[in-house]
Amino acid sequence: MAIKERMSGNEAVAYAIMQINPDVMPAFPITPSTELPQFVSNYVANGKIDTEFIPVESEHSSMSAAIGASAAGARTLTATSSCGLAYMWEMLYVAASDRLPIALALVNRGLTGPLNINCEHSDSMGARDSGWIQIYAENNQEAYDNFVMAYRIAEHKDVMLPIMACMDGFITSHAVMNITLLEDDVVKDFVGEYKPEHFLLNKEEVMAIGPYGVSNYCMEAKRAQAQAMMNAKQVILDVAEEFEKISGRKYGLFEEYRLEDADYAIVAIGSACGTAKDAVDKLRDKGIKAGLLKIRVFRPFPAKELAEALKSCKAIAIMDRAESYSANGGPLAAELGAALFKYKNQAEVLNLMYGLSGRDITVEDFEKVYEDLADAAVNGVKEDAEYRYIGIRE
Amino acid sequence: MTTKFNFKELQERPERLAPGHRMCAGCGGTIAVRNVLRTLHPEDKAVVGNATGCLEVSSFTYPYTSYEDSYIHTAFASAGATLSGVQTAYEALKKRGKVKGNYKFITFGGDGGTYDIGLQSLSGAMERGHDMVYVCYDNGAYMNTGIQRSSATPMYADTTTTPAGSCSNGKPQIRKDLVAVMAAHNIPYTAQTTFIGNMKDLYVKSEKAIYTEGPAFLNIMAPCPRGWRFEAADMAKICKLAVETCYWPLYEVENGKWIINYEPKNKLPIEDFLKTQGRFKHLFKKGNEDLIVQFQEEVDRRWEELQIKAQA
Repeated sequence: MAIKERMSGNEAVAYAIMQINPDVMPAFPITPSTELPQFVSNYVANGKIDTEFIPVESEHSSMSAAIGASAAGARTLTATSSCGLAYMWEMLYVAASDRLPIALALVNRGLTGPLNINCEHSDSMGARDSGWIQIYAENNQEAYDNFVMAYRIAEHKDVMLPIMACMDGFITSHAVMNITLLEDDVVKDFVGEYKPEHFLLNKEEVMAIGPYGVSNYCMEAKRAQAQAMMNAKQVILDVAEEFEKISGRKYGLFEEYRLEDADYAIVAIGSACGTAKDAVDKLRDKGIKAGLLKIRVFRPFPAKELAEALKSCKAIAIMDRAESYSANGGPLAAELGAALFKYKNQAEVLNLMYGLSGRDITVEDFEKVYEDLADAAVNGVKEDAEYRYIGIRE
Repeated sequence: MTTKFNFKELQERPERLAPGHRMCAGCGGTIAVRNVLRTLHPEDKAVVGNATGCLEVSSFTYPYTSYEDSYIHTAFASAGATLSGVQTAYEALKKRGKVKGNYKFITFGGDGGTYDIGLQSLSGAMERGHDMVYVCYDNGAYMNTGIQRSSATPMYADTTTTPAGSCSNGKPQIRKDLVAVMAAHNIPYTAQTTFIGNMKDLYVKSEKAIYTEGPAFLNIMAPCPRGWRFEAADMAKICKLAVETCYWPLYEVENGKWIINYEPKNKLPIEDFLKTQGRFKHLFKKGNEDLIVQFQEEVDRRWEELQIKAQA
């Protein structure tokens, strides 16, 4: 029996952690993910789980301890946001190249510059090439579901990569919404037991991890790691299919919302997609063929599938919640733009920057984007509209 | 848990650091690692950790490892935190019946990875009380990158980032007193040692560190022939002079009690130690006599301070 509840995104992920009862969690508090180590500490203090919580002195140590614990053979997780993820940066690459299936609950917040605690994707986008799987949630339900699926993906023998389950800071992490939870035993059965093939505390064999890799071997290791990321795509889909059987909720690499016959598409990530859906509905009522593509999996990047899903669109707005300061648009625009080109999609493309440092985006903002797309489809993209900030004061 | 010192039995134990690694001939770091690991009881398993440095790149070069035990290296700044994660996983898995046998946790870092870039990670691991040992093989500079100064480099040493020159006498600052910093964490066991005689001091302290429940820190002076500029054959002589001049006193802090393990009958002048090494060569140039006087004053000050702590 599914459980109907009302929870914030942080509560929902904490609930999933409680149901999974992982072996080890090192963590250091940072807004807006602080509640996660707090919830886990409370569960431990009250005997609800017997996870070993390590109150580390920094995020660099948090990821280092997570690597140590995971290499030792423990199912391991941590949580962070923003500068916390940046402080882990060096270790993120180590975790991925050591092929350790660590789960990281990332509550997206902008990196400092200036200091701000609100939602932005600059933290995870900055870490997009660190070798971690990245799955994004639109709301608390997806945040919960993604975390329940996380270990099944990361620990799959064809993958063995760390996974970042991301949700938008405050908007998703702190807003309380309705949610449907799975029962404890259903989650436990679904996630299963972690049985690593090689680990430091294996009494049958010793293991050494983290070598100096000479040029003669490193490239092969990196190629194998790249292959694991390629393999992850199918594993994510397989796990989602199994998850649908226990939850009735369907997940793919991305969600297509009224996209099938859409002339104008917005592509975005995270909570803003909920707002965009309202705009799509309003425009559809007026007979305008608006659609939305919500990215769920950013790593591995489903380039071919995205290009295919967008093939009939006349104009596409790629919306980034992170600057890359490339003077050429945001990270999603760069990657999706390349995918569209590679697969010969000739749609007009706008790159729009929105919601930086928690700036609100409204249904009306999205309606305006669809207006711009309709114009671009007929008149082409005006040079000054091609890379635009939404809601900026000039 | 510690056993009576038996030199012969110790020597007969199987090596836990296999030969064939690529450390330099006469490397002090290797001597430290081999002999610390020798004090593990043969029936116990261990996980060895390591900060990035000479030791790591030379003892675990893919596809070869010199360690007979499980081993983990992650990064330069993270040896303390990494092993604390391993040790916590051991607690978690033991509790759940998923791991068997008695494991010990020992991590090695040079002074760069310990005094400097890894200090926070080390401090955190010690403060949290993990049952592990952090061993610093202190060769007083960043040797892996080519002899740059660290906070463990002695005053006036000539390094590649504190070169002695017409306007420089070498490193201007005094060494950080890391053992005191670690003792201030109020951990059960902290000690300083080096290679003396039949290594009894090092063996006894290593075993104590490994078999004392809770966190322990060992600081081992591990001379680097290349960085200090001396002939490898002089290793034993240099270690002895470091102790006899009180440049490197042998002492331990056990549950808050400071104990000096050796007091020289005739404390030798610091010149005896300095003149054995090329890194101090400029101190013996005419006109630099006052630098040696200052060096001596610093050694005396620290030795007296240590004696006061030990009398308390």
